[in-house]
Amino acid sequence: MSESDVTRGGLEGARPGREAVTGAHAGRRRRRRRDRRGEQPVVPEAHFSSYYGRPVLKAPPWRALDIAGYLFLGGLAGASSLLAAGGQVTGRPGLARVAKLGAAGAITVSLGALVHDLGRPARFVNMLRVVKPTSPMNIGSWLLAGYAPLTVAAAAADVTGRLRVMGAGATAVAAVLGPAVTTYTAVLLSDTAVPSWHEGYRELPFVFAGSGAAAAAGLALACAPPAQTEPARRMAVLGAVTELGAFRLMKRRMGLVAEPFEQGRPHRLLRGAELLTTAGAALAACADAVGRAGVGRRLGRVPAAVAGAALLTGSAALRFGVFHAGVASAQDPAYTVVPQRERLRARSG
Amino acid sequence: MNDGERTAAGPAGGAPPDTHRSLPHGPRADVARAAGHRDPPPRMGFFTDTSVCIGCKACEVACKEWNGVPEHGLELTGMSYDNTQGLGANSWRHVAFVEQRKPLGGQEPGVAHAGPDVFKAARALGTSPGAGTPAPETAPAGAPAGEIPPVAPGGRTELRWLMSSDVCKHCTQAACLDVCPTGALFRTEFGTVVLQEDVCNGCGYCVPACPYGVVGRREGDGRAWKCTLCYDRLGAGLEPACAKACPTDSIQFGPLEELRERAAARVAQLHAAGVRDARLYGESPEDGVGGDGAFFLLLDEPEVYGLPPDPVVTTRDLPAMWKQAALAAVSLAALGVAGFVRRPR
Repeated sequence: MSESDVTRGGLEGARPGREAVTGAHAGRRRRRRRDRRGEQPVVPEAHFSSYYGRPVLKAPPWRALDIAGYLFLGGLAGASSLLAAGGQVTGRPGLARVAKLGAAGAITVSLGALVHDLGRPARFVNMLRVVKPTSPMNIGSWLLAGYAPLTVAAAAADVTGRLRVMGAGATAVAAVLGPAVTTYTAVLLSDTAVPSWHEGYRELPFVFAGSGAAAAAGLALACAPPAQTEPARRMAVLGAVTELGAFRLMKRRMGLVAEPFEQGRPHRLLRGAELLTTAGAALAACADAVGRAGVGRRLGRVPAAVAGAALLTGSAALRFGVFHAGVASAQDPAYTVVPQRERLRARSG
Repeated sequence: MNDGERTAAGPAGGAPPDTHRSLPHGPRADVARAAGHRDPPPRMGFFTDTSVCIGCKACEVACKEWNGVPEHGLELTGMSYDNTQGLGANSWRHVAFVEQRKPLGGQEPGVAHAGPDVFKAARALGTSPGAGTPAPETAPAGAPAGEIPPVAPGGRTELRWLMSSDVCKHCTQAACLDVCPTGALFRTEFGTVVLQEDVCNGCGYCVPACPYGVVGRREGDGRAWKCTLCYDRLGAGLEPACAKACPTDSIQFGPLEELRERAAARVAQLHAAGVRDARLYGESPEDGVGGDGAFFLLLDEPEVYGLPPDPVVTTRDLPAMWKQAALAAVSLAALGVAGFVRRPR
């Protein structure tokens, strides 16, 4: 407690607490900004008050592996259902089988992750106790309750070769639900008070749609026969363009709360996602061009597998980056207080 | 909990006008009736007047005792006298302590009493207009005793120690209630927001949805917990435990309309006494959450107490969010189709 000593010579050392400044921890606080590699700040230095620097909001209590993992797998499954239906209709059985198995596998694992993340896993059925459009999680549960069995039925019918008509029907309905499964997760994140998730609600569904498409294309490229993956290659390019474009737009529109995307771990993850997705899409596009020239077969499956792996990893990194950025934005009171102050100032004129 | 069932299931089974009844933004006259309660009692709430809070934490203790809230760990934070740190699953009342180098309005800050006669000034306080009964229009601009300076002669300011007992706001538009996927959160007949622990499946969605960071998920239990405004006591005609225990009536419980009148009078009284920092927080039905069922009289900006200055219920933007997601889903489907369209040869 004390650094001072009473000796024969008198008091030695300082008496702690004597110079303590009242309110040293409270009241106005200047924000420290981390070095941002010469980037210009989106908004000028913000001054704001906080209660001992503690967050105003509570960060979501979710485990990153479960929830960010679900965002990735759900996106992969939803977009895979599109490839499955397309492959089936256009006579690409190899592509269709990979996509069906991918969708069924990804959604099954993600359901496991979702149940695992509940504080009371045994009560997961309570999700289906009501139908509640104001709760994206409730709507998502209903969506998954319809979608997951369809993907499993489609995959089972394809693998066993039985009940083909039923399998085709399941594939078709899953393809209708698939895009919703991919994009509703953006609403799931945005419909919170978490600044970096909520403020991105306009573009985040498009980011997730593009990322899901890239992931599904990646899986098909890596696993399906190269002769049948032309649609996947195109999907990879279109998905990557959508994802990266929407993400840029989102960050530009968000102002201060875009900062968590540019710092620390989320920044590294998102930079990695950008590089991997771009590289994967570029590789897929090259393979597409080479394939059309009729020399694709000689190249073998290695470039396609590399492109696929890059796209899958990129998509996963994007979801983890977005997840961690949101958590970071909830944990720093600046992202809650400063935008709200600015809003009040703008309103009062 | 039939009422909760009805509330939660409303959007599904309701007639067309009811379909969006938990969505619209803006002031709502009768929140309990909107939630499906027939003939509800008046909306009840808290008015926490922080200007008379003495930081005794009796509210925290009473709440824990009555509601059987477990201890949340003993940690010495160094944040003035606040070792509770914030609201959460295991603290439903939280007394904040803020130390500032700033005088309270009208307070005698000097240590040497050479200047004004404080006893004379104190006597004048009781008789001066505006001190006893609130009358804002007759209030003087400065301190009631006039000659008391806000700053001590040497320009030195005094310590101001703010205390405030925070609690769940029981919002008119409650994000936690809106996003709860199980219907565990519901609107009571008193207009309060209560979480049914026997329905909660621990999804944790209400935790990041709350614009005030009130709800928490309890470790080891897995469920979300928050203030119930002592729903059990209310049903028996009792006031909530915290309000009952508050020795200075800083926590006042009653019908919301009455509390709003009382709060307006108190602000006028404080302004008249020279406490110009006094302001109400969460009282206006025009704010981003449609007004709080538990509102406050603060002596500084809300963020100084750890409260958001302009909270907005996240579900206000939900219709737009669903629209964007639908557009994105259609775009994704189109993107998929584009992949399969045969190139012109």
